[in-house]
Amino acid sequence: MTVCCVEPFPSPFQTSPVLSGDEAQRWITVAGPGLKRIELIVPEANCAACIADVETALQRLPGVSAARLNLTARRVSVTWRDGEIEPQGFIDELAAMGFNSRPFDPRETGVFQDGRESRFLLRALAVAGFAASNVMLLSVSIWTGADGATRDLFHWLSAFIALPAIAYAGRPFFMSAAAALRHGRTNMDVPISIGVLLASAMSLFETIEQREHAFFDAAITLLFFLLIGRYLDHLMRVRARSAVSLLMTLMPDTATIVVNGERRNVSTRDLRPEMTMAVAPGDRFSADGIVADGASDIDRSMVTGESAAETVGAGSAIQAGTLNLTGPLLVRVTAAGQDTFLAELIRLMAAAEQSQSAYVRMADRLARFYAPAVHLIAAATLVGWLALGLGWHDGLLAAVAVLIITCPCALGLAVPVVQVVASSLLFRRGIMIKNGSALERLAAVDTVVFDKTGTLTLGKPIMRALPAISAEHLGIALALADSSRHPLSRALAQALPPRGIVPRQVEDIVEHPGRGLSGSWRGVPVRLGNRSWCGVAEAASGADCLEINLRIGDSAAARFAFEDQLRPHAAETIRELRKAGLRVEILSGDRLAVVARAADALGIDFYAAAQLPAEKLAHVEKLRAAGRKVLVVGDGINDAPALAAGLVSMAPASASDIGRNAADIVFMGDSLSAVVEARVVACRTQQLARQNFILAVGYNVLAVPIAILGLATPLIAAVAMSSSSLLVIGNALRLGLTGLALPHRRPESRGFPARAAEPLRRAA
Amino acid sequence: MNILLYLIPLALLLGGTWLAAFFWCVRSGQYDDLDGDGWRSLADEEAAPKQSRATKPGD
Repeated sequence: MTVCCVEPFPSPFQTSPVLSGDEAQRWITVAGPGLKRIELIVPEANCAACIADVETALQRLPGVSAARLNLTARRVSVTWRDGEIEPQGFIDELAAMGFNSRPFDPRETGVFQDGRESRFLLRALAVAGFAASNVMLLSVSIWTGADGATRDLFHWLSAFIALPAIAYAGRPFFMSAAAALRHGRTNMDVPISIGVLLASAMSLFETIEQREHAFFDAAITLLFFLLIGRYLDHLMRVRARSAVSLLMTLMPDTATIVVNGERRNVSTRDLRPEMTMAVAPGDRFSADGIVADGASDIDRSMVTGESAAETVGAGSAIQAGTLNLTGPLLVRVTAAGQDTFLAELIRLMAAAEQSQSAYVRMADRLARFYAPAVHLIAAATLVGWLALGLGWHDGLLAAVAVLIITCPCALGLAVPVVQVVASSLLFRRGIMIKNGSALERLAAVDTVVFDKTGTLTLGKPIMRALPAISAEHLGIALALADSSRHPLSRALAQALPPRGIVPRQVEDIVEHPGRGLSGSWRGVPVRLGNRSWCGVAEAASGADCLEINLRIGDSAAARFAFEDQLRPHAAETIRELRKAGLRVEILSGDRLAVVARAADALGIDFYAAAQLPAEKLAHVEKLRAAGRKVLVVGDGINDAPALAAGLVSMAPASASDIGRNAADIVFMGDSLSAVVEARVVACRTQQLARQNFILAVGYNVLAVPIAILGLATPLIAAVAMSSSSLLVIGNALRLGLTGLALPHRRPESRGFPARAAEPLRRAA
Repeated sequence: MNILLYLIPLALLLGGTWLAAFFWCVRSGQYDDLDGDGWRSLADEEAAPKQSRATKPGD
């Protein structure tokens, strides 16, 4: 069976993970008497047919009592009778169908928490909606002339519906306001909470006193509108977060160690210095160490930014996180757990995050002035009414009316609604905003710092020049390259078939780690590999680029040159950013010559090469200290501290786990134009958010005098509040309508299968 | 005006029934996978027998 999907999710897994012994228990929960449950993430399950395929296949396994695929989260939940089957069977079954999967631990990723919160918000929204509609019906009858005993009855009914509903649905606001006040701050939830609570208290008092005006409808409608904004905001963020968690690779949780000549699997946490670990080709090193035996090539581009694979042999130092490419290695562990290079980076990252003063969101900045201002106006109203000798009761009523009228319904919606529209627009274009304030911060950026390997470039070598040799000889090179995992061999194996080259019959192919491949073609020895392997003098020209040589028999070697290709639209992106007046820099861990060539090709004047993670971090911090607002774009493990230190950060989906986690924004696809797109949308979002604030404040300027004069009846309050909210929402929706000058991207680079509905429309 | 004595409780009862039904929907996980459930209604029945709501995540 093949994978059915029209738009496959890029699978981060190279091989299916193995669930072994105690490790597996972490993911397994008890589902009932004799029943166990595990959740597996299946990134490629993204269409209708996958539901039936995955569920039927798993349910057919002996011992499985239920299997259900959640298409939104791309997770399948399997329940089985304990002892009849091992969970490894599910992973193998899915792998046989062409679906990669890995176990999912809700406690680790915070998805569980998100699920609970969305359920609560949804329930609060339902309660507020129910109460608002019923209270509004009663209010309409009052406004159309119910009076006397009927009006009082309706007021009491409204109170009975509205007060419990406010107590339930208002909790998100009350709790957030209380938390802010405890820390001596104020946010938008403070005036909201005060307004709602005072309106309820005063309305209850009016009801008991059998008077004319009660504002129950205003208070509950306000909560209803605000909860809509909050729920959408929450949904958007959960979506982005779970999309990012789908990209997470399964870190090597286990390592193979050799004790007295015997191989054993141990958890990475149990690795200790002086142990010997065996690392197969294609695996990542889970601890720092020194090669004890064997020869291989390693790819450390994720760790140092170095684009060329490096040859290692006995005595070479290895860092955790690097990838072993060609040969098996025995490595003596020098540091594990808390002492590794990786752990050191995580410490740097945490420090960078702490030193960064918490960013105050625009709405909260405004709330700092807004909340004291409206409370002052309300107090002044009361004092004014008393000074004019109009009595406590009417004065208090007018003061509370001021608070209700100024209760920032439109203000509370002004930013969230625009951001929800913006993030869903970007999500459809494959750009995921993990953090609510990231767009605000992105709009303020004046400096962009790029990493090179994997960020400005694709991190994969592409063949630059074909040597002038016969198609037959190229076929030999292809046959040899096909049998190796080395990135240059892979690049060669990808580049030749489209040029009409077919592999020739080469026998006895052997890979010699760190050197190359050998084989025999019609009895003639052939070799593909580095210079000394093919008998080329080391000092020959072109030493700064990546190359592979082919030697047939004793003839002179032919040279294939490669380079790490720039991402599509890299040059346009840099040009656009510079045109917008931003300063652009490159900070790379790669060699100077390579960085200089990339900087030259892109027209970037400021670049630094051979940067260590700490140096990158220091550079970004220096820029910030100089008052620059820095966007950091990077992908590697070595970029993570710098990503955490930037005002805002972006990472491609191909980045390392740690890089993606550190970044505020993650983009899918190869094209670098996502950076410009995100910035254009962020600036437009900020502009619309500002307009919304002006609209909302303008409405208050008109409405407050009416309230001060004591003329704000519940009817006026209801009409004014709803209309201002609708105005703000309408303005926010313009973001999706107006033609933004977004750079054009090829359809396949848009890539993120956000809506499963698309395949159907296409099929229909 | 006596009609109000019947109509208002009736209206509240209907509204309350809807609210209770909605709470039950949320609790039983029907809002957890809006994408997938849309597709399930179109799928053939053969996969149905062993499916169960009991497999919802997080409970």
